[in-house]
Amino acid sequence: MKEKTKTAGGQDMNNYEAEVTGAEALLKCLIEEGVDTIFGYPGGAIMPVYDKLLDYSDRLRHILTRHEQGAAHAAQAYAMVTGRPGVCFATSGPGATNLVTGIANAFLDSVPVVFITAQVTSGLIGTDAFQETDILGISTPVTKWNAQVKKAADIPDTIARAFYIARSGRPGPVLVDISKDAQFENLSYSYRKCTYIRSYNPVIPLHIRDIESAAVMINHADKPLILAGHGVILSGAADELKALAEKGGIPVAATLLGLPAFPQRHRLFAGMLGMHGNYAPNVLTNQADLIIAIGMRFDDRVTGNLKKYAPEARIIHIEIDKAEINKNVRVDLEINNDAREVLTALLPLLREKSREKWIREFRILDRVEYEKVIRPETEPGEGEIRMGEVVNTVSDITEGDAVIVTDVGQHQMAVARYYRFSEKSILVTSGGMGTMGFGLPASLGAASGNPGKPVIAFIGDGGFQMTLQELGTIMQYQIPVKIILLNNSFLGMVRQWQEMFFNGRYASTEMVNPDFVALAGAYGIQARSVTRREELSQAVGTMLAAEGPFLVEVAIGREANILPMVEPGASVSEVTLTYR
Amino acid sequence: MKQEYTISLFTEDHIGILSRITLILTRRQINIESITASESAVKGVQMLTMVVTTTPDMVNKVATQIEKLVDVIKVFVHTSPEIICQEIALYKVTSRGLMSGSMIGDLVRKHHARILEVTPEYIVVEKSGNRAEITDLLAVLEPCGVLQFVRSGRIAVTRQVKELNAYLKEMEEAERGGPEKLEVYN
Repeated sequence: MKEKTKTAGGQDMNNYEAEVTGAEALLKCLIEEGVDTIFGYPGGAIMPVYDKLLDYSDRLRHILTRHEQGAAHAAQAYAMVTGRPGVCFATSGPGATNLVTGIANAFLDSVPVVFITAQVTSGLIGTDAFQETDILGISTPVTKWNAQVKKAADIPDTIARAFYIARSGRPGPVLVDISKDAQFENLSYSYRKCTYIRSYNPVIPLHIRDIESAAVMINHADKPLILAGHGVILSGAADELKALAEKGGIPVAATLLGLPAFPQRHRLFAGMLGMHGNYAPNVLTNQADLIIAIGMRFDDRVTGNLKKYAPEARIIHIEIDKAEINKNVRVDLEINNDAREVLTALLPLLREKSREKWIREFRILDRVEYEKVIRPETEPGEGEIRMGEVVNTVSDITEGDAVIVTDVGQHQMAVARYYRFSEKSILVTSGGMGTMGFGLPASLGAASGNPGKPVIAFIGDGGFQMTLQELGTIMQYQIPVKIILLNNSFLGMVRQWQEMFFNGRYASTEMVNPDFVALAGAYGIQARSVTRREELSQAVGTMLAAEGPFLVEVAIGREANILPMVEPGASVSEVTLTYR
Repeated sequence: MKQEYTISLFTEDHIGILSRITLILTRRQINIESITASESAVKGVQMLTMVVTTTPDMVNKVATQIEKLVDVIKVFVHTSPEIICQEIALYKVTSRGLMSGSMIGDLVRKHHARILEVTPEYIVVEKSGNRAEITDLLAVLEPCGVLQFVRSGRIAVTRQVKELNAYLKEMEEAERGGPEKLEVYN
């Protein structure tokens, strides 16, 4: 690495700064921010950065995905596994626009990712130059913040801001667009991490009076219910949540992204909320006299019909993003702050209670759901293989100690329902955006974060084929992801809705699929197919024992449905266990 | 019930912020009836004044979403009684029409208007006031032959005493780190 020191004139050796190019400065900034892995795809405008990347290959590992969307999902998954912002590179024009789905996905699920896109030379910006696109304009609605850099000297400060904004407050994706000439231009490099932006205050003072009010409300409630969301995990409040629930004897229900926030074998775990959630928490939401929502945003998939949502309950909303409070559901007490701070302050004010009678109501409904849905799904004994029993098998073998990645659709709901998450689990899934094709690239991103536990991706045959080119990335870097391909030769969730709400008219949901085992083989990835239930646990065992990547394709029942279901427009308490 | 709100907000002087703000309103299908942007009394801080008609619930939702934007410093939502507001309008009227009778004298006296320019072909009249006053004058001038009419967005000051400078100071004091120095125009 050639670093010239500037010692002109006064020979001020205490204050010298290295002259480097903008491209090199960018990489140095990333190292300062603790980045060690970058997902990306090169192209004309970003070539100066990739050129310098060779010089830094000992400190920055670059993973070349097969499509920019894959890089974006991988960077998000990397962030979800490591807790540090993911970083993603793409070139101008199509490179940048290919990121958009990935950026939006990270935005809706509040994951910190720093996207760096290259832009054409500054003199050409705005002229419809080759591979020029207004990525700032395009990404504005789906980024927490974005900026364009046209002078090398502005790179360090802009990158520092980008990381600060991405990881603080409610985390989210940011995008920095750097013109090609700024990458070539020299600057005097020095770096200072950003800790303050006047117009942006992620740290909110804690109002003790609100905490006291919350404690009074909780202490006086007979039927309180905690709704735990992704915010619990993002703020690192899982231990505090457990302590709070145990002290108050309060059942904890989770959103999809909040599932690993509370151990599922815990006697106070009430299940998953929402459209395909568990029976008890959906029904009892409408009987609870107090709802304590923590780090969640009352998404429509969680609440069902808002007019009939939680009519008996007063609601406390603990949420770091003020704009989420009173957005969908009117709350009685808002605590606009970090979940962990709030729960820590709240715990000593809580009275110890057992609330056994209330908890028993959950157990009674759990029993009903178990008999009608869960047992037939996880232990069918005969007939077609069911998604639930595949997930159940993996759950038994891994005992929660795994990174579980999903794509989107029926299999995702099966994983959410039947995988028993624990404190050791990490769940990487596409919640708010529901992005099919997320699973495979996310799995390689998650495994690149070295989580120290197996990374298991459940993917349907539809979603798999949206991003299957990433098998090439898995092959090239020998990324040890374990892929369970649940193949029903249908776009299952859409087919289920067609069956239920469109008179069984299967419009464009049936798929003619390739030989997935042979396909994996073409990429040098070990694979096997399971068509009989007797082979299932052995195949999963082989997959987990294998060194590198491995794919198990399971042929599952073609027209199985995910139940229970809160049908569109229905109240959560009208959740159905059976279909016709 | 829908009603008229004046949203006043202070932002950093950064490129693209207006686009982020209008996107929030667009997503909620709220029409911006008027918009004015200018530098505020604090150097480097832009002030935006927008007039929208929507429900109290919705105006609060969009205001918090706007305030959440990284480059937005503070958002205020006001109903009409809480503010003193003005718009300015220019009317270009045919000289022939306006010169007849005692129109000009009436204009200046009754409507508190000003004559900016007189030529043989046209006369330019300026008037500041609220929306109704400006519309009233337009109605008066219409028979004389209005060649052009343009009105500005609303500008407003609040009846409350606390100023932006006070908010900025509070924010800076809450922050332990090295705050940027504020330069205030006087």
